[in-house]
Formats: sequence, C-alpha cells, structure tokens
Amino acid sequence: MSSKKIFGGSAVVLDRADINTDEIIPAKYLTEVTKEALTPYILEDLTLDGFDPKGEKLKNAGVVITRANFGCGSSREHAPWVFEVNGVHTVIAESYARIFRQNMFNCGMLAIELPKSDIDRIIALEARGDMQVSIDVEKQKISASSGSETLGFDFEISPFDKALVEAGGWVEFADARY
Amino acid sequence: MGKTIAEKIFAAHLRDEPFAGTRVLSLDRVLCHEITTPVAIADLVWRQKDRVFDRDKIKVVIDHVTPSKDSKTATQAKILRDWARRHEIPDFFDVGRNGVCHAIFPEKGYIRPGFTVIMGDSHTCTHGAFGAFAAGVGTTDLEVGILKGVCAFREPATIRINITGSLQQGVVAKDVILHVIGKLGVNGATDRILEFRGPVVEAMSMEARMTLCNMAIEAGGTCGVCMPDMTTVDYLWPFIKEEFGSREAALADYSQWVSDPDADYDKVLYFDVSSLEPQVTFDYKPDCVKSVADLAGTRIDQVYIGTCTNGRIEDLRQAAAVLKGKRIADSVRGIVSPATPKIFSEALDEGIIQIFMDAGFCVTNPTCGACLGMSNGVLAEDEVCASTSNRNFNGRMGKGGMVHLMSPATAAASAIAGTITDARSL
Repeated sequence: MSSKKIFGGSAVVLDRADINTDEIIPAKYLTEVTKEALTPYILEDLTLDGFDPKGEKLKNAGVVITRANFGCGSSREHAPWVFEVNGVHTVIAESYARIFRQNMFNCGMLAIELPKSDIDRIIALEARGDMQVSIDVEKQKISASSGSETLGFDFEISPFDKALVEAGGWVEFADARY
Repeated sequence: MGKTIAEKIFAAHLRDEPFAGTRVLSLDRVLCHEITTPVAIADLVWRQKDRVFDRDKIKVVIDHVTPSKDSKTATQAKILRDWARRHEIPDFFDVGRNGVCHAIFPEKGYIRPGFTVIMGDSHTCTHGAFGAFAAGVGTTDLEVGILKGVCAFREPATIRINITGSLQQGVVAKDVILHVIGKLGVNGATDRILEFRGPVVEAMSMEARMTLCNMAIEAGGTCGVCMPDMTTVDYLWPFIKEEFGSREAALADYSQWVSDPDADYDKVLYFDVSSLEPQVTFDYKPDCVKSVADLAGTRIDQVYIGTCTNGRIEDLRQAAAVLKGKRIADSVRGIVSPATPKIFSEALDEGIIQIFMDAGFCVTNPTCGACLGMSNGVLAEDEVCASTSNRNFNGRMGKGGMVHLMSPATAAASAIAGTITDARSL
C-alpha cells in the first residue's frame, strides 16, 4: 500500500547508538493489523535526554538523524511503518542493522549512511535550532540548513536500494521482474 | 579458492543478479507466523495478488500469542488461519498442535542442509544449525517470498567462529553464545554470516546448535550456520530415510554443503572455552555479558524457561536436573513453556513436568509469550526476570522491566535461590 514518499524536511536527532526496534515500536502494539493504527506509538519506549516521543519536534519531523546500528533487534517492519505513517521517510545514521535497513528500502524509503564525523556535524548544526534537510536521491546529495548555515554531504546507496526507492518498494520491483 | 557453505547455497539458488552485489535467491522455505504475516496477506489482497508461490514450501504457525488473549490477537490468528485454509497450505499449526516457530519447524523435519529459508522473524537464523541459509526478514520480503518464492541478499560474507577446548560440566551452548556475542558486540557481525566450527560445535546436539545459531542476530549476523554432519543426519533421519536409504548416503549428499578448507572468510576468530564459566547478561544489550559469579546475589522476581533459544527438551532436562527435589524461592514466580507439543509430551513422559510443578513452577502451553512481553508472564515496572530467552532490551518483557539472559540450569538455580546463582554452587 505504497504512497508517494517525501524525502527531507525538518529533522529530529536521536543521539544514541544501538536504538532497537522494540524502542521504535514496542511488541505490545504488534497486534495491530494496519500500519495506520501504529501512528500514536512511535518511539514510545525510547528514553533519551531531551527527547519527547509525544513532542512537537517529532510530530513535525520528516527525517531522523541518529547513530550506529540503528534498528537492531526484531525484524518487525512495524518500525519503518511507524516512521512512514508519521511522515518520517528518511533516516540518516552512522550504520544500520541489516533487516531494518532492508525494510526501509523495501518500503521505498531511505536509510542513508554517513560517517560518524558527518553525523557529528549534522547534530551540532541541529543543536542551533530548527534544521531543515533536503535530499536529492538522484544525485545522492544531502543539504542540511539551520539559519544562515548550510552543510552539504554526498551519500552512497547501492544501485539495488536506489532502484527500490525509484520503484516505490520491493513488491513493485519484484512484481515487475519475477 | 574454495567456497563457504553460504557461497555454495547462494550459487545453487541464484535466480537473478539485478545489480552487482545483489543476489536474488530462490527459496526452499517461507515460514509464517501470525504477527508479521497478516499485513503481508492484507497487502496481497489489496493488490489483487492473493496467491502463494508454492503451498508445500510455505509453513505456517500461530505461536506468538496463543491461544489468542484478546480481540486483536484473535483477529491476527483468524487472518492467518483463513489464508492458510484459502490456499490449502497443508502444514499449518493451530491451537493444540502449535509451538514456537523455530522449534516446531525443525522438529517437523522441514529444514534441510543446503536450503534457503526466510521468515518474518529475526530469530530465523536458528535454522542455520542444519547447514541451511536462514534469514529473518521484514514483512515486505516475506510478502514477495510468499508471492514469488524469491528474496534479495547482499553477497555473503562469513565470519568463521572456531570454538575449541572442552566445556566444563554445567557450561552449555547458551553460555558459549553469550560469551561470543559479548566479544563480537551487538553489531560485530552485521551483514555477515556466523559460521560456527570446531570440536565443541561438532560435539553439540542439534538442540545445542540451534541455541548457538538462534542468537547470531544478537551480534547483528544475517544467519548462524553449522556444518551438516552425522548429528544432522541422525536428527533428520525419520524424515529422510526413504529419500536416502542409508545414513551414510545422506551424509555423503549433505557433505556437498560443507565449507571448503580453503574457503575465504571475512574474519576467522578463535574461542577456547575450556575455562568458560556460566554466563549472564546485565544492562539492556545482549553483548553486556559477565560470568554468573559477577552478578551472583542479584534479586529476581520471575524466572522464565522456554523460547526459541532454550525451550527444547534438552534445555528442560538441564533445568529439571537442578530443580529435582527442590522448591523455588517464595519471592520468585517460575514459568516454564515447553517450545512445542512434542517437547511438552516428552517432558511429561520423562517426569520433567512433575519436577517443575513440584518445584512451584507454572507450566504454560508452547508460545513465544513473555519473551517479547506479549502474554504469559509480562513484567511490571522495576521487576527483574532471569530468562532463557535471547533479548534483554529495555522493556522487552514489559515496560520498566529488566531481563537477565542465561542458560536453563542457571535460570533454575536462580529460581531456587531467589537471586542470580551458579547452578554448580547448589
């Protein structure tokens, strides 16, 4: 049930490594059978200084900026889905757990990896105030702006992952090909 | 250059290489449970593609919350049940015949050396114990698997884990894998296959090998894998005897999947486990591992024995050996969940269930239940559980609860003492 994805927007920072999928969407909500029903429970069990899962910042975000091994643990695609239904279609992290990363691309969304030094700079920029992130998938470029300052980054995604984003997800890609 | 088992399985199942580095494999098994499959079913129906690629290669079980605890879980079970019936999937396990997916599917003989297996469950890596490539996937991969019988993976890279020496009495596969994860870290094997080798693994039963492979994902691994050998053949024999005629013939056939001696590994690591003591986790990540002695005396409120890691008959025997003739502490709630009806039945025949009951344990039906805080033993805020499961994430067994992972024997000893305890000290 794919819909047009929007890459970019305002960003929320989750400044910790190893955030797992139980923290993104607790197992007790896995009894829902639609993606939309997950909406209110995004990041409910994540305890992080200065982060409020019910706050305006997350509500308005289109991008999550985070650290290493994001999305580890359970294979639940409810984790990408809860981002999707909340309008977060891009995650930018130092690294990912394999299943979460693949689930993001399989849903036609972006899981971008940047080196730690770049994530440090983005997080420092975000700390100055409301940061806007824009992403050019075709050129594989990110631009992050806060006030008068703008940072630019190049990113790599595999040709396969790029094709999934362009197709709208793995079901669309596979159905056309196999 | 020789090939690893994963490279051999990938080569034998290669269906497409749409881009350099991406391998689309044909699947021998697509396993389904009621938590991650219903959304895939709903999407297939919405797309007007409500079909299955091969009903004999799809195996289905209701296991996470069973019997259903409320209207929502009843609906999930119904969606799965109706779908299995609609497509006449012969191997569907409902209430009374169902058990934890990663215990019941191997037990039925569905997993064979050289197979490709996916499931919408991260602990699918368990099935690599049979010399298969088995990976946990999300619902979209599952959906495409159900419809097309394919799944895409990156080129396989393998870390070889050589486990040498000999285990002390009372030290088991769970202690070994906790120790290995403690050294690798929670992302030490991301995008890698963990190949478990060496004399300690060769001496292990299939049950113990499943415990090893089950936790590969806790180091980020795509799959754990053991080499198929006569232990594998013996376990599968009731299911393969007509196919092969003799065990030797089966072993000769399965040997095609064993990694070549000159295979190329991403890394080769050695673990001498001769001095390894029983292990236990602390904090909220499965790589936070210490010896039980370091946490001895830690108060616990609940003990949970079961799950896809340690709910098999060998695990129950090890716990029962510690519990026999003893009572658990008044301050502790003991819960045991045999992982399948067959295991439950064997435990009854062997008097193990009576030992658990005499000790003061609650015996539940086979289910994933409390392991992920869904039913049958959810923790309250600030409660502590000694568990034979595989994840100690914050809130995993209930919001505000703490989980310490350990072997069945350590869990049993801790139940008796009311605090984390080395079974060898009792």
